[in-house]
Amino acid sequence: MFGRLTWDAIPLNEPIPLATVCVLIIGIVGILSLVTWKGWWPYLWREWITSTDHKRIGVMYVILALVMLLRGFSDAIMMRAQLALAAGHAAGFLPPEHYNQIFSAHGTIMIFFVGMTFVVGLMNFVLPLQLGVRDVAFPVLNSVSFWLTASGVLLVNVSLGVGEFARTGWLAYPPLSELAYSPGVGVDYYLWSLQISGLGTLLSGINLTTTILKLRAPGMGYGRMPVFCWTALASNLLIVAAFPILTATFAMLLLDRYLGFHFFTNDGGGNPMMYVNLIWGWGHPEVYILILPAFGVFSEVIATFSGKPLFGYRSMVMATMAICVLSFMVWLHHFFTMGAGANVNAFFGVATMIIAVPTGVKIFNWLFTLYGGSIRFTTPVYWAIGFMVTFVIGGMTGVLMAIPPADFVLHNSLFLIAHFHNVIIGGVIFGVMAGYTYWFPKAFGFKLHEGLGKAVFWCWFVGFYLAFMPLYALGLMGATRRMQHYADPTWQPLMKVALGGAVIIFIGILLTIVQLVVSIRTRDRRRDLTGDPWNGRTLEWSISSPPPVWNFALLPTISGADAYWNAKRHPGKFAHAAALIPLEVPKRSALGFFIAFFMVILGFALIWHIWWLAIVGLLGAFTVTLRQAWKTDLEEFVSVATIAEHERRHPSQVARA
Amino acid sequence: MNTTVDVASEEMPEGIPLSERGPASTRVVAAFGFWLFLLSDIIVFSALFAAYAVLNGETNGGPSASELFDKRHVLFETGCLLASSFTCGMMMIAIEERSKASTYFWALVTAALGVVFLYLEVSEFGGMLSAGAGPSRSAFLSSFFTLVGTHGAHVTAGLAWLLIMMAQIGTMGFRPMVIRRMVCFSLFWHALDIVWIGVFTVVYLGAAHT
Repeated sequence: MFGRLTWDAIPLNEPIPLATVCVLIIGIVGILSLVTWKGWWPYLWREWITSTDHKRIGVMYVILALVMLLRGFSDAIMMRAQLALAAGHAAGFLPPEHYNQIFSAHGTIMIFFVGMTFVVGLMNFVLPLQLGVRDVAFPVLNSVSFWLTASGVLLVNVSLGVGEFARTGWLAYPPLSELAYSPGVGVDYYLWSLQISGLGTLLSGINLTTTILKLRAPGMGYGRMPVFCWTALASNLLIVAAFPILTATFAMLLLDRYLGFHFFTNDGGGNPMMYVNLIWGWGHPEVYILILPAFGVFSEVIATFSGKPLFGYRSMVMATMAICVLSFMVWLHHFFTMGAGANVNAFFGVATMIIAVPTGVKIFNWLFTLYGGSIRFTTPVYWAIGFMVTFVIGGMTGVLMAIPPADFVLHNSLFLIAHFHNVIIGGVIFGVMAGYTYWFPKAFGFKLHEGLGKAVFWCWFVGFYLAFMPLYALGLMGATRRMQHYADPTWQPLMKVALGGAVIIFIGILLTIVQLVVSIRTRDRRRDLTGDPWNGRTLEWSISSPPPVWNFALLPTISGADAYWNAKRHPGKFAHAAALIPLEVPKRSALGFFIAFFMVILGFALIWHIWWLAIVGLLGAFTVTLRQAWKTDLEEFVSVATIAEHERRHPSQVARA
Repeated sequence: MNTTVDVASEEMPEGIPLSERGPASTRVVAAFGFWLFLLSDIIVFSALFAAYAVLNGETNGGPSASELFDKRHVLFETGCLLASSFTCGMMMIAIEERSKASTYFWALVTAALGVVFLYLEVSEFGGMLSAGAGPSRSAFLSSFFTLVGTHGAHVTAGLAWLLIMMAQIGTMGFRPMVIRRMVCFSLFWHALDIVWIGVFTVVYLGAAHT
C-alpha cells in the first residue's frame, strides 16, 4: 500500500534533522496560521499563486531563492563547524552518513534552487520590461515553470523529515548512486526533485528565449538590446541546449535504479564514466547559465552608476556569445583524471584557457566604463567592484587548474572547492545581490536601506575571503573535498578561520533580512515616485514603480541603444503619439499550481514506490492540462479608462518627456 | 499573448529590418516556441544516441545487434512512419482548406499508420523480451530499448495528442488556437520522422557492422 514508506522513514533517533524538521514545521504552520488568521488567502491566491504576470512570478522566484539560501547556508555552516572541530581524535558532531547528506544537499540546493532560481527570477522580472513588451511569450507556461521549480524545492525539503537525501555529492556519480551502493531513497529524492524542477527550468528557458527573439518593442533590433537581455539570451539558449542532457542522463540513471538497466552499473557492460561525461555536458554550460546573467546585471549597474554608455557594447555581446558557444567545449576539464590521454586533456585544457579571453574582455569593458565616469557608490556598485576583484582571482585559479598536470594534483581537493566558490559566490551571488538591490525599487516602488545594503556587502565580501582563502591553502596542503574528519591537527587553525568567515557571511544573510524588514517599515520615506530612482538608461525605468500589469500603455519606439537615456536627452522621439487602446492581458491561471501539486504527489510516490499514488499524480497532472486545452478565454481586456487613470496617477517618464 | 500589438509589424514601412518591426504575431511566437521545444527534445535523443554509440558493443556475453534485428520488419515499420508523415502533411492541407471531413480522414490514416508502427515495434520488443534479450540483459540492450523506446513513447504521445486535437476540432472548430496547435503537432510528427531516420540508420543499418 505504501511501498517502501514506513515509520522508520521519520528520523526520530537523529536529533539534528529532527530538531530542524520540528522548527520547519512550526515555522510553516505559524506562517499558514498567520495568513489564515489575517484572511490573506484570497489575496495570495488571486494576486500571486495564480498570477501569470511575469513580474509577480519573478518576485516569487526570488523569494523562493532567498528562502532556499537559508536552507543551503545552514548546510554550509554545519559543514564548516564540523571541520573546525573534527581534527585528530575529535569526531565532531556530525556522523559521516549525515555529513554526506549535508554536502550533497548543500550543492544541490545552492546550484538548482538558489542560483538558478534567483537568476531565472531576475530574468523573468526584467526581460519584458527592458525589451519594452507587455509580458513573456507564454504567460501561463511561465507560471507552470515556477510551480514546477517549487515542486522540486518541496521534495528536497520533504527528504529532511521523511527518509533521507542522497549521500553521493551534488552530481550523484555512479556507481555510488546506483542501487547496489545507494539502496535507500536519498538518490531517488535527488533525481525526481531535479527531474521535475529541471522540466520547469527547460520550459522557462524556451519561454524566455522566445520572448527575447520574437517579442521586442518596435525598433529594438539586436544591436539595441540592453546587455542584460543579451546575456539572458545566451543563458536561456544554454538552458534549451543543456538541460535536456541532464534530463536524459537522470532518466538513464533512473532506469538503472528502477528497472535494472545497465547504463552506468559496474556489471552488465555499463559505463560509469559515460555518466560523468554526460552530466558535465550539462554541468559546464550550467556554470555559464548562472554567471552570464550576473555579467548582464553588472553591465547594467556599472553603466547606470557611471553615467556612461557601456564601453565596448559590441565586444561585450561578442564575448557573451563566444562564451555561450565555448561553454560546450570544455566539459572534460572536470575530470582530467579520467585518463582520456594527453592529447584529449591538452585540447580541453587549451579550450578552457580560451574561455578566459572573452571573460577578460568583459572585465576590461567594465573597467573602461568606470574610467572617467561620474561614479555613484551605491550598494549595487559595491557588489560590482567586489565582484571584479574576487572573480578575477577565481578565474585565475580556474586557468591554473586548466593545466592538466596541475589538475591531477588539485583534483577533488579543497583548492577546487575554493575555486568554484570563488567564482560562484564572487560572480553569481554578488551578481544576483546587485540585481536584487538594483531592481528592488522597480518591483516595489521604494528603495532598500542603503547602509544596511552596504553592510550586507561587506559581510559577504570579508566573509568570503576568510572562508575560502584558507581552503586554497588547505587544498595545497592535501585536504580533500567531502571530508568529514582529518587526522592532521595542523589544518585546524585554517579550518577555524574558514568557520569564522562562514559566520560573517551568516551575519550578512541575517542583515539581508533585517534590511528587508527595515526598508518595508520605513517604505514611506524611501518611496520612488518617478519610476527612475537611479537615473537609468534602459526601458524598465521609463514606467512607474511598480509597473502596471500591462507594463507599457503604449509600446515605445526605439531608435538606438540605451533607449530611455536617449529619450531623456531628446524628448519627443520616444513615445509615438497614439491614443490609448484597450490592452489584452493574460488572465490568472491555477494551472501551474495544480500541475505542481500533482507532480509533487507523482514524485513522492515514485520515490517511495507507491505505484497507485504515482498513477493518481500522473492522471491528475494530465487531467488539469487537458482541461486547460479547452479554455478559450485566456485573456482579459484592461479598459482605456483604467490605463488612463494609471497614467494620470503615475505619469510615466515617456509621457513627461 | 498579446495580439493587439500585431498591427505594429503591419504599420511599419518596408525598409525597416525584420528585427526592428516589433513583437511578432501569436502564430509566429507559438510556432517558434515549439521549435525550441523540439530542439530540446532532439537533444534528449542525441544524449540517448551517444549512449547507444558508447554501449552498443557491450553485449555482456548476450546477443549482439546483428543477431537480433530483422531488417525487413524494420523496413516495413519505417515505411509506415514515413507514410504517416506524408498523410500528416495532407491533413495540414485539409486544415488550410478548413475541411473537417478530409481533416478527419487524413488524421485517421495518420493515426492508423502510427498504430501499425507501434504494433510492429511492440512485437519486436516482445520477441526480444521472450528470447531473454530484455533491457537488463546487457548495457547494449539497455541503450537500445531506451533509445527506440523513447521514440516509441513519443509516437504514443503524438497519437494521444492527435486524438485530443480531433476532439478539439470537433468541439471548437478551426479557431486560430486550434490551428496553432495543429501546426505544432505536425512539426512534432515530422520531427519524430527525422529522429527515426537516425534510429534506422544508426541502430538497424549499423547493426551489420557490429
